Amino acid sequence: MKGDACKAIALHVIVIAALFALNFVLPPYHHGVLARVMVLAVFAMGYNLLFGYAGLLSLGHAMFFAAGLYGAGLPMVHFGWGVPGAFAAGLLAGVLLSAVIGLLALRTKGVAFMIVTMMFAQVGYLLVYYFGSWTRGDEGLVIQQQARAIQFGATRLDLTNPVTRYMAALALFAIVLIATLIMVRSSFGRVLVAIRENEERTRMLGYDTFANKLAAMVASGAICAAAGAAYVILFGYVGSTFASIQYSILPLLWVLLGGAATTLGPLVGTVLMFYLIDGSGDLLKIYAPGWNISYLGIVGVALILLVLFFPKGILGTIRDRWARWLP
Amino acid sequence: MAFGPHLLLATLEGLVTSAVLALMALGLSLVFGVMRVVNVAHGEFYMLGAVLAWAVASAFGGHPAIGFLAALVIAPLVVGAVALVADRLVLKRLDYNPEATIVATIGLLYIIQQAALTFYGADARPVQAPFNYRISLPWFGYSGYKLAVIGASVALLLTTWLVLSRTRVGLMMRATQYDSETAQAFGIPVGRVYAGVFAVGAMLAAIAAVLIVPTSQAHYLMGRDPLLLSFIVVIIGGLGSLRGTVVAALLIGVSDGIISMFFSPTLAKIIATLVVAMVLVFRPQGLFGTSAR
Repeated sequence: MKGDACKAIALHVIVIAALFALNFVLPPYHHGVLARVMVLAVFAMGYNLLFGYAGLLSLGHAMFFAAGLYGAGLPMVHFGWGVPGAFAAGLLAGVLLSAVIGLLALRTKGVAFMIVTMMFAQVGYLLVYYFGSWTRGDEGLVIQQQARAIQFGATRLDLTNPVTRYMAALALFAIVLIATLIMVRSSFGRVLVAIRENEERTRMLGYDTFANKLAAMVASGAICAAAGAAYVILFGYVGSTFASIQYSILPLLWVLLGGAATTLGPLVGTVLMFYLIDGSGDLLKIYAPGWNISYLGIVGVALILLVLFFPKGILGTIRDRWARWLP
Repeated sequence: MAFGPHLLLATLEGLVTSAVLALMALGLSLVFGVMRVVNVAHGEFYMLGAVLAWAVASAFGGHPAIGFLAALVIAPLVVGAVALVADRLVLKRLDYNPEATIVATIGLLYIIQQAALTFYGADARPVQAPFNYRISLPWFGYSGYKLAVIGASVALLLTTWLVLSRTRVGLMMRATQYDSETAQAFGIPVGRVYAGVFAVGAMLAAIAAVLIVPTSQAHYLMGRDPLLLSFIVVIIGGLGSLRGTVVAALLIGVSDGIISMFFSPTLAKIIATLVVAMVLVFRPQGLFGTSAR
């Protein structure tokens, strides 16, 4: 058991070190992609905490991402807030929203939980349009370049600079990855898995399952909101697409592909799915011109194939077959 | 126009919405009631019906009624066949596990949208109504076709109710809904009932779409709003309850018509969605449903 823990920690250190090293070797396009993918992988990690570990399938996580996005973006645009304040506002918005939604939605189970979360997310999406004079709906808002920087005394970190941006994304990714690893190895993480496997039995053992699920929901919402806030600060754009149902489905897809209930699965799934859509787009334009194949078809086929033939995802299968120690 | 006629117009529009909504929600409710499957792709079956109606109607020349009637027969059959294939290839293999089927029907939703985008394109296209007759009321003229839609919907709802309550097939469906294992033990081909119900559910959505498409247009993203509305209807009416579904469709359709006419449509949607989410949280059996087993 002790050896397994060492292996797991070593693997995570290697992954973070590799991502750090990639900063110096990647060509500009892939460098930019990876920065974006790391932020989206944080979103997927937040989703995974609830879906993979606690076994709660939400179809509304776009609202937490959007809470971070708008929570950070709107004060920056309308009140001229700095980066640290905006990030904190986005995070706080996510925590508050997930606590309220959790208190309501966790009264339901299974299918009802999925529909309720989807409906709340839809309300969030519509609210973005309702307050169109502030959010500018699907057209969205662009954050000015000079606002996206942090002032540390005399030094100024310009987050629009590709390297700084990559490092900021990596820092967030690393913090959330380590936090997730600690969380799922703690007794809290074990209780979540117990709830996923058999909630009644867990309650019989004396655990307050509702409180644990609520804590998982808030942690998940906070991580997703952090991803949203980082996204707007690093890439400078907020739009209603990020609140749409599509952004509730995508993290589910990334987590399913990478492997639910594995700490590194979200990263693997997000990277693969991004390059699958990106790469196949070019190939299909060459071999099937005029077919208009967009992310729709690819995401659809991927979802069905995964759920039919590969329900444990990549890292989940590896863990089952070869590496039992994988966290 | 004065307030009274305005309200009458809003109510009429609301009734047309209700008629279509009731058919579509009935399909969703049947599938959930009998199979315990939440079909997220239901809106896409609706969209497919409308798109096929355009394809069939434009293939037939002559009087628009010929093309429309052909569409009313062919489109639901094709959509039913698509649903049947989806059931055999995907849902059955997942053993109708509720969570896995939701993910699979999300996949199906995207695939059908992609197919429509590829073969039909991104444009919205109109279908001609089979007849143009305006009924003149003292304050405004109203489309006779829209009233015919209400009539057709009522007839179809009655037929479905009769089939469910009076025939052998209906009995098999009700038995499967009540307890699929016991039904299987009594020799009911549960697998075929599932496949049939999934196809019929999709066909109801397709018929609803063919009926309404002459008053709007066919577009590959048109399934989204009706899906959400029919979810709302099915939840308010109680999952799997036929009578509740019809009452809820009336309630939602008419109030949506009236609220959208006098207030912002976005606000109407926000309120309706929020109310429904709360119903699901605090009264999971629906407003009219009996308590869940």
